[in-house]
Amino acid sequence: MTLNQLGVGRKATVKKVYSESAERRRMLDLGILPGTVVETVMSSPLGDPVAYRIRSAVVALRREQAELIEVQENFTADEMESRG
Amino acid sequence: MAANVEQLLETAARLRRETGDDLHGRITEAIYTDAGEIADRAVSRDETTPGGIHLDQFFDRVLTSRLWGFPLMVLMLMVVFWLTIAGANVPSAMLAQLLQGTVYDALHNAAQAVGAPWWLSGFLIDGVYLATAWVISVMLPPMAIFFPLFTLLEDLGYLPRVAFNLDRLFKRSGAHGKQSLTMMMGYGCNAAGVVSTRIIDSPRERLIAIITNNFSICNGRWPTLILIGTIFIGATAPPMLASFIAASSVVAVAILGIIFTLLVSAFLSRTWLKGEASSFSLELPPYRPPRIWQTIYTSIIDRTLIVLKRAVIMAAPAGAVVWLISNVYVGGDSVANHLIQWLDPVGLALGLNGVILLAYVVAIPANEIVVPTILMLTLNAAKSSLAQTGVMIELEDDAQIYQVLTQMGGWTFLTGMNLMLFSLLHNPCSTTIMTIWQETRSVKWTTVASLLPIGIGVVVCLLTATVARLLF
Amino acid sequence: MSVYVETATAAKECGACPSTSCNTAHLTRLGIKMDDWDYVVALAGNPNTGKSTLFNAWTGLRQHVGNWNGKTVTRAEGALRYNDRKFKLVDLPGTYSLLSMSVHEEVARDFVLFGRPDVTVVVVDANRLERGLHLVLQTLEITDRVVVCLNLIDEARRNNLKIDERALARDLGVPVVPTAVRHGEGLPELLRVVDEMAQGRYPTRPHRLNYRDAALEAAVAQLAGQLEGMFPGLPNARWVALRLLENDESIIRAVREGTLGDLQRPDAFPELMQLEAR
Repeated sequence: MTLNQLGVGRKATVKKVYSESAERRRMLDLGILPGTVVETVMSSPLGDPVAYRIRSAVVALRREQAELIEVQENFTADEMESRG
Repeated sequence: MAANVEQLLETAARLRRETGDDLHGRITEAIYTDAGEIADRAVSRDETTPGGIHLDQFFDRVLTSRLWGFPLMVLMLMVVFWLTIAGANVPSAMLAQLLQGTVYDALHNAAQAVGAPWWLSGFLIDGVYLATAWVISVMLPPMAIFFPLFTLLEDLGYLPRVAFNLDRLFKRSGAHGKQSLTMMMGYGCNAAGVVSTRIIDSPRERLIAIITNNFSICNGRWPTLILIGTIFIGATAPPMLASFIAASSVVAVAILGIIFTLLVSAFLSRTWLKGEASSFSLELPPYRPPRIWQTIYTSIIDRTLIVLKRAVIMAAPAGAVVWLISNVYVGGDSVANHLIQWLDPVGLALGLNGVILLAYVVAIPANEIVVPTILMLTLNAAKSSLAQTGVMIELEDDAQIYQVLTQMGGWTFLTGMNLMLFSLLHNPCSTTIMTIWQETRSVKWTTVASLLPIGIGVVVCLLTATVARLLF
Repeated sequence: MSVYVETATAAKECGACPSTSCNTAHLTRLGIKMDDWDYVVALAGNPNTGKSTLFNAWTGLRQHVGNWNGKTVTRAEGALRYNDRKFKLVDLPGTYSLLSMSVHEEVARDFVLFGRPDVTVVVVDANRLERGLHLVLQTLEITDRVVVCLNLIDEARRNNLKIDERALARDLGVPVVPTAVRHGEGLPELLRVVDEMAQGRYPTRPHRLNYRDAALEAAVAQLAGQLEGMFPGLPNARWVALRLLENDESIIRAVREGTLGDLQRPDAFPELMQLEAR
């Protein structure tokens, strides 16, 4: 899944960042790297942008950018069980 | 040496090819890995007591929620202006009484005592002094309330939330996400707002931000809006609701400014400055409890007094100009009256009048002096008839200003409303125009940024005036 | 650089200090009065970490401060006197990194590199330590004379974060001073450390980055070796090597024009300031 699909309050681990050049640099500088845990904090009134907690800071990203970040959702042990 | 350098650069190029791609990514990853390890060793979290993060999250959820985000933004602005308008009323009247009453009379008496010729005392007291006194009594109280309030919101961390809420609209206009922040810098001063557009990397989006910055109402224009909103819009409502209605009218103009920012941005990014909105990231800092007294102190010292100083510096020569054109007679009438009569047809077609247009010409150096100039021109134009009837007019509170403008200037509700619209939609002040030129180094874009707003202003005022004439 | 001769005692002048938060006996805020100075101190840091607040506290100036990112777009300069020594303070735009290409990040990077400040204070938000360290580690690759200002420590306490600044200082190899600049906490200590570092009385053993990438390490080592041969005594050969590998235009230009070599000559400082001021 990509970061824009992650629900509010959910956490995920970054797998790959697909953006390129200057934009990729900006993402990396913010600390969005493979292995980084991110959490969706809230969405703006019109649904875009969405704010994420990244390395203790809250950063708002527009949808097009979040779509370029591949993540894997983190589940707690209980959730894993209930999902089978 | 030069050969060595080229050899070195060639080696670098070869190694670059050999080390493979995404070097930047790998380096950043390495640095963050080190940073993470060091941070982990140094930081421990005390989990036994609940932290303050939850309160932050609660505020954020409410202030940016689908349901409450926009209404709370409007409410916040309403409260700020209501406090400003309600609070500035009494001190403004007291200052006017002191400066235009007591001090003004004392100055004239002193001039008479030393036997100063009429033209000298007129030029200095009725021109230079009176304009300065007007600026202080009209501007100082609202600024001394508005700036600390706005700074408190800023210190609290609310402005980035506004940018967060509005970003979708900016994106759809093809504008950069940070334009909402430069727009908010413009609420203090458009010249500062134009400089702040340096945070936008893309030249296309930076130009859009520069051209539209004038739609952010600046220091010099808030007092005009507050005064006219109070005496023309607020006064139409029952006294209980007056300041509420006045505040609403100011907020409405501010929101209209945002709407024009978005519309013009959208227009530009689909025509002369074609392109897609580029990416952006906006950090939302934690809310910080503002240090209230320090904020009040610094916003009064830094912003209020600096803006007031600029206004006074501009007002003195403007007062001199107004007095001169009002007292130099050509062909039986003053230069001012000739100009006013010449501008009147255009002014009336726009729902304004010749006095207002002339005031805006005199006030090109600084918007701050629009209202004092209007009042002085109106009074001077009516002076001859006043002298015959022997009525002395003292403008010591809003009600008297209203009387002078309606009875002597022939103002109506439409004039007040269109003045508020025109205050939003006209050319930037000369400082801002200079700054735009310095930042863009382009005569073309400086001209566009200067003329586009006033073009829109003329169209909008013409529309409202025509509609008003058809309806009433 | 001329030595500044002070006639009046600094402590006496502090009686006229305008602000009540003047809690340092030997500090005189000089605002923008800087005809000459003994040391140059750069303030770097992530956006919104309190750099401008620190700058204002030390210079007595009132650079606009607000709780949001990107307010400082150009660098601001001010001055202060401490123990008869005059410091020029340069507030750099907030940056996440010194590796990126955006205009205001380049302003910050070029000043640390070409302006050669005597001390670079990196202001770090204690609540976002990892991100702050990302910048600290990059700065350490350019200069050894770094003091870390661990700011917003009061907020960190409220968030129940405990930060062991000694462990941090040990790992980084440079001094770490916890502060709450907004409330004046830790400022005297920070100034004392900066003063000592400026005089070269504070030995540092800066953390060296491990790129964890054999090919990259080998390439950096090879280029750095060549650079050191060409510019003997270059303090940041590894970093310059890395920039060359990343095809950084402004560093390539500096190598070509020989300005990189000039960094070795102590008297090159004034010209470099002009160069930087372009």
